Amino acid sequence: MSYDDILAKVRTTLVDALNVDDNEVTPTARLKGDLNAESIDFLDIVFRLERQFNLKIPREELFPESIFSGDPKFVNDGKVNADGLIELQTRMPYADLSDFRKDPRLDKIEDLFTVDLIVRYLESKVANK
Amino acid sequence: MRWTWIDSFTAFESGRRAVAVKNLSLAEDHFADHFPGFPVMPAPLILEGLAQTGGILVGEANKYEKNVVLAKMSAKFHREAIAGEQLTYTTTILDLNETGARVSGTAYSGADLIAETEIMFAHVTAAHLPAGLPDTKFVFSGELTHLLRMAEATARGESEAEAN
Repeated sequence: MSYDDILAKVRTTLVDALNVDDNEVTPTARLKGDLNAESIDFLDIVFRLERQFNLKIPREELFPESIFSGDPKFVNDGKVNADGLIELQTRMPYADLSDFRKDPRLDKIEDLFTVDLIVRYLESKVANK
Repeated sequence: MRWTWIDSFTAFESGRRAVAVKNLSLAEDHFADHFPGFPVMPAPLILEGLAQTGGILVGEANKYEKNVVLAKMSAKFHREAIAGEQLTYTTTILDLNETGARVSGTAYSGADLIAETEIMFAHVTAAHLPAGLPDTKFVFSGELTHLLRMAEATARGESEAEAN
């Protein structure tokens, strides 16, 4: 399944789950910042993606929480430290961290959750199915 | 005031589907104001009935061990329901896992579709709650207990009928 095929399915899912328009669901759109997703929507999105792609998305895999909870091992003074960045890269190999590395504030972490992140995550899942 | 918006379960298949009925009686207080001379069942109370039907279905799937909290709901209404009608709420589990559930629901009066809904429930466990709460099971207790017993009796009746 190509990137565009997956994107098309993800778009349908997000339109249904978040009540947004097709054209708002671009690869760079952020789930919270642009599509106004709330925390409970993430649960809804996971359910719908599992159904749409016929696969299991383990809790914590697509939206891992270890860093976001502010574990002092990974976060100091509201910023993700070097160990935290390694942890992020390990837990979310499909995330594009290049912008986040420049300003790794914890409150910016939600910007990592873009439509592109979901598509890339699903690409890896579908390939390993 | 009691907050039970279904009268009885008529079918209950554990982990799959529950059907409940709600008789709309003109004696219910809300009909006096909603609206004078035109007793329309308030739409949120229809949704509450659907959520109770679906919420108990989801709760029973885990033997009422987990708190089931309504998290998100979308609905479409097709016509008003008037005092004197009997509504049938049918809810079906679409997805269920440890974090929550997604349920679809319909409300019919006879053959007439009144409303359709999709409901997201979240499981709230003791770990999600502030420490030191005296009672970490706060959903399936109190006045809902009667409904739970009814749901169980309906489910039992069906499995006995199947066995025969």
